[in-house]
Amino acid sequence: MGRIVLKNVTKSFGETEVIPPLDLTIENGEFAVFVGPSGCGKSTLLRMIAGLEDLTSGDIEIDDEVVTQVPPSKRGLAMVFQSYALYPHMTVRKNIGFPLRMEKMDPADINKRVESAATSLNLTDYLDRKPGQLSGGQRQRVAIGRAIVRDPSAFLFDEPLSNLDAALRVGMRLEISEMHERMQTTMIYVTHDQVEAMTMADKIVVLQAGVIEQVGSPLDLYHKPKNVFVAGFIGSPKMNIFSGPAAEAFGAHTIGIRPEHTAVSMSEGTWEGTVGVAEHLGSDTFIHVHNTGLADMVTVRINGDITVKHGDTIYLTPETDQIHRFDAQGLRIE
Amino acid sequence: MAIVAQTSRFGTYGRPTLAWIVGLLFFFPIFYMVLTSFKTDADAVKPEFLLFFTPTLENYTNMTANYDYWHFATNSVITSVFATIFTLVVGIPAAYAMAFNPSRSTKDILMWMLSTKMLPAAAVLYPMIFLAKGIGLYDTHILIITVLCLINLPIAIWMLFTYFKEIPRDIIEAGKMDGVNTFGEIKEILVPLAWGGIAATALLVFIFCWNEAYWTVRLTTLDAATLSKLIEGNRAPEGLFFGRLSAVSTAAVGPIVVLGWFCQKQLVQGLTFGAVK
Repeated sequence: MGRIVLKNVTKSFGETEVIPPLDLTIENGEFAVFVGPSGCGKSTLLRMIAGLEDLTSGDIEIDDEVVTQVPPSKRGLAMVFQSYALYPHMTVRKNIGFPLRMEKMDPADINKRVESAATSLNLTDYLDRKPGQLSGGQRQRVAIGRAIVRDPSAFLFDEPLSNLDAALRVGMRLEISEMHERMQTTMIYVTHDQVEAMTMADKIVVLQAGVIEQVGSPLDLYHKPKNVFVAGFIGSPKMNIFSGPAAEAFGAHTIGIRPEHTAVSMSEGTWEGTVGVAEHLGSDTFIHVHNTGLADMVTVRINGDITVKHGDTIYLTPETDQIHRFDAQGLRIE
Repeated sequence: MAIVAQTSRFGTYGRPTLAWIVGLLFFFPIFYMVLTSFKTDADAVKPEFLLFFTPTLENYTNMTANYDYWHFATNSVITSVFATIFTLVVGIPAAYAMAFNPSRSTKDILMWMLSTKMLPAAAVLYPMIFLAKGIGLYDTHILIITVLCLINLPIAIWMLFTYFKEIPRDIIEAGKMDGVNTFGEIKEILVPLAWGGIAATALLVFIFCWNEAYWTVRLTTLDAATLSKLIEGNRAPEGLFFGRLSAVSTAAVGPIVVLGWFCQKQLVQGLTFGAVK
């Protein structure tokens, strides 16, 4: 079990309020991702759930039990840190077994569970090494091993993949997702990378300046962003957002159109512009268009290959049913 | 070119020579003390610099015959060892708390601790003596251990604090998440990780305790008197017998010099730690 409820939780550092009153429920077995730009309070929120950071006010419940005053060690949660935070003086075996040893579990049982965790994480060959002798990816596996071995009611991940190189990050992302499918344990994952959020989450919590901008499934957020911030934050390349006459034509203060929802033509279309840069990814081509009179730059995403060069005149046509409309406050108009 | 050549010549010969001169300058009094300890009292008082003489062990045999060197040495060992242990027992948790759970007043507390070292000891001498006599602890091991512990705590906490600061907070927090209580954090994580720093601190505190003279001389008569008292005692009542005094002094500093020699590496690391990061 691992249902986590935040009730009216706030956090201030001195005079500075980093998290205004906030309510959030994470259901048992859910993979929740806190995403937002750096400094948005997502890590602070995670640390508050972990118990590493005190709450200024409000309550946190785990499985209907108020744990606000319960120390981190008694909350039954496991955490994976960005820096791995392995114990450098212990071997991998000791590192993974450490939480069990602290529970005073029988050494034979500890060994059994460490071996099984190591097998599932491909760490069997490294059990007698110290963390200093491992690569970044292996260290991260050890950190995950140390978390899974205790069978926690929920896992907390604090930007666990940020220190890994790009290729490894994609691999580990999949492994964590598969681990979640297998174990069906609640996971809360903090990241600033919206791709990680989109690919892994059951539920994404978008934060900005300590405020929850939107909570929803990845596709909810993609198709129905509640406001301009979420619209711009979710999706890659970013949604094109513009105000002015072009938006007014659609009866809104601001409109947004995703790069993949814009058709391109060399002869006719709604908006005219000149090609700045075309990025060829093979499967897709991103064209960055200038001089449209809409925004500094409009990005479009075309399936497959298209040959355009810098300075070409290009015409863009948005799919009208895919246009997101926002009012003067930046809120979605249905 | 010429300048470069000169600089490198100074680097090759000049600097080591300078280092040797400074080193010998510091070492000379100790060398002369050891030398004098093998002289007869008659030779020892001769005003000229006497390098060649007939060495004698008389001063050392007298030392153990006339006064009980081993009594004082044992007291020095007991008070220094226990004072070092208690300093660490109090200092480690204190430094841990300030390094990992700092509050707004942590910096002030650290400064206040250091400021106690600025207080002239003489200012509290008589209150201390009256207090010690009043509670019946004058000339006891407990008193000396307590005093040594108290005067060394500020330095010990500062040193430990600097070492602990170097340990990533995440590791301590990982410990908290892994179900460790405060005592466990110190025992399982902090002490193993900061072992070098703790050893250096212990060594330095031990040396300070061993060499301490101001309080150990004034707060003891005989029972808890340390080697510092023995040196002091040889000076006053029997006049200046340089040979004997040198022998006593040599025997007093001997153990700590040997200890320091063996632990040189930790000591240098400990003293320069935090200077460069």
